[in-house]
Amino acid sequence: MSIELRNVAKQFGAVIAVRGVSFSIGHGELVALLGPSGGGKTTVLRMIAGLEMPSSGDIFIQNQRVNDVSVRHRNIGFVFQSYALFKTMTVFKNIAFGLKIKKWAKSDIDFRVAELMNLLELNGLEKRYPHQLSGGQRQRVAIARALASKPSVLLLDEPFGAVDAKIRQELREWLVRLHHDLNVTTLFVTHDQEEAMEVADRIVIIAKGTLEQIGTPREVYEQPSNEYVARFIGVMNVLEANVTSGIARVGEMEFPTSSALDGPARIGFRPYDVQVSTDLACYRYRAVIKHTFFLGIMLRLELEMNSGLVIRTRMTKEEYSQLGLDDGKEVSLQIRKYRVLASQSGPLSSEVAYTYQMPPTIAEGI
Amino acid sequence: MAGLTTRPLRGDTAKSQRGSEETPFIKWLLICIALGFVGVFLVLPLINVFYQAFHNGIGFYFESLREPDTLSAIQLTLVITLIAVPMNAFFGMAAAWAVAKFEFRGKALLITLIDLPFAVSPVVAGLVFVVWFGRQGFLGNWLDAHDIHIIFALPGMLLATTFVTVPFVARELIPLMQANGTDQEQAALTLGANGWQTFWYVTLPSSKWGLIYGIILCNARAMGEFGAVSVVSGAIAGQTETIPLRVDKLFHSATSAAGVASFAVASLLALLALLTLVIKSYLEWRTERAYALAQRSESNSA
Ligand SMILES: Nc1ncnc2c1ncn2[C@@H]1O[C@H](COP(=O)(O)OP(=O)(O)O)[C@@H](O)[C@H]1O
Ligand SMILES: [Mg+2]
Repeated sequence: MSIELRNVAKQFGAVIAVRGVSFSIGHGELVALLGPSGGGKTTVLRMIAGLEMPSSGDIFIQNQRVNDVSVRHRNIGFVFQSYALFKTMTVFKNIAFGLKIKKWAKSDIDFRVAELMNLLELNGLEKRYPHQLSGGQRQRVAIARALASKPSVLLLDEPFGAVDAKIRQELREWLVRLHHDLNVTTLFVTHDQEEAMEVADRIVIIAKGTLEQIGTPREVYEQPSNEYVARFIGVMNVLEANVTSGIARVGEMEFPTSSALDGPARIGFRPYDVQVSTDLACYRYRAVIKHTFFLGIMLRLELEMNSGLVIRTRMTKEEYSQLGLDDGKEVSLQIRKYRVLASQSGPLSSEVAYTYQMPPTIAEGI
Repeated sequence: MAGLTTRPLRGDTAKSQRGSEETPFIKWLLICIALGFVGVFLVLPLINVFYQAFHNGIGFYFESLREPDTLSAIQLTLVITLIAVPMNAFFGMAAAWAVAKFEFRGKALLITLIDLPFAVSPVVAGLVFVVWFGRQGFLGNWLDAHDIHIIFALPGMLLATTFVTVPFVARELIPLMQANGTDQEQAALTLGANGWQTFWYVTLPSSKWGLIYGIILCNARAMGEFGAVSVVSGAIAGQTETIPLRVDKLFHSATSAAGVASFAVASLLALLALLTLVIKSYLEWRTERAYALAQRSESNSA
């Protein structure tokens, strides 16, 4: 194991930032630490780096317990959220800093820095100062600096948080490529589930200091351990419904349930499980497209039903243009699969597949 | 450099957008008031000092500087400055470091205490030392019995000067170090640096200009301090007279030659002030040039 946490907790005065978190990361893995802001991600990362002492629990790096090992001897590379570049040093000196401290020979330093500048496409910038760089360049300098002395583990705190959306996509691809080339165990913090999904081999989900789930993007997406994860990962639609005689109703929507109990219930379904058609007779419910959000290759649509109920769905750009959709357009829809949800942190019930047969129309068969 | 941006006193960089919106009359009125004030209260007295100093000719000027008691005053001033300034530079660094990089109880109190010497009249500060260490003071008998001389001797003058100049370095450094935060230090730690290396390679360079600036101001004040030092020194010619005390004594002598001599000695302090300004401007120019050079290499490579 490259990194292992066993029951690690951290308390700042009265605030419990991390509660008994355990997980391990194998050699060469690229793992995302995902969770909402204030959930304790940075604290976990800082404890692994040794910048923060855990209140309890053990941390292992390369199978060695490092609780009592100081930051400087942990052999980690850390990329700060703010990058924390040395502002009185040039790009070259920033990258060379750790090597100089570790007393590398000058020729080795020159070679290594040149190699990294090449790898991170920073050529020609060696004499610049941090304030003369763009956000993306700064970030790459920070990564180069962290990688310079060949750390056994690379830790990044919200590496794409401070750059604008366009560069962010580019930097994500960077990180994946870099990881592929160097194969250094990498743990990065993000609050953006799409980013985690796109970049990471595995995702560790942390909320309110508690580990919610750990798994591959697919596992986390398809088998979320609880509603919290499901909502966080898939932007799950959750509707507050009312059950009467085995059918949960919300607005004009109806969801058959197996529960015999009448009363309030919550219905959850994924955006991908909303089927949309421009043929108004195709599905049972009607809605108007209120808003289309462009998220890279995926689109997010907000559909407003007659009762005012708002439902979120996703589709690719191709689907969108094939269907000839647009804001303000009326569509018919149905929910392909849904779940009846229990408590937020309880395990999820299994999904119910549901297809509604349209009553035959007169036009049919012509 | 944060040290420069916090001090926007340079004519070329502090150009305000609003200036062009004012009517020309108001603009010129304000400029004239500012220049007039600076002229009457700063430039004229300065010129006058030199004018008076050379009133009896250049020969007399250098003669009056070579007088044994004056030489002794210059020497004493240098000794005091050479001890007090490094002490305060060290203390200022330590205090600023503590305030900027750590959270601890009593921090607000420490910041207030650092400013105390600015709030207290130097004469009162001097008197406090007399009350402690003077012959009639709390520790007077004990000091006497052990043959330790503080008041009317170098140690007392050192204490007084150090006390009065405590705030300069610390006050320059605290805001600068606070603005810098601890990120860079933490980054250095993760890159394998120990505490000392972190301080030497990261903290010190990033607060270098603030430190130098504080030291210059501290130095100017240490050499020029009059009030506190005059209370504890006793102004014994050739022994406990510093430059300002010497100027004062000569100025109040009966002879007109002594009056001119007092201006000659005072011109040393005026020169020091000018030198301070020159060094300060040079330092600012140097940092700007470093950045300009870096900028140019960037456009070459691009
Ligand atoms: N140095 C600190 N002192 C006190 N509280 C802290 C400190 N660092 C973090 N916290 C608290 O711990 C919790 C988790 O913070 P953090 O790890 O930064 O979350 P995240 O990185 O997921 O946004 C927050 O409530 C935060 O206020
Ligand atoms: Mg954080």
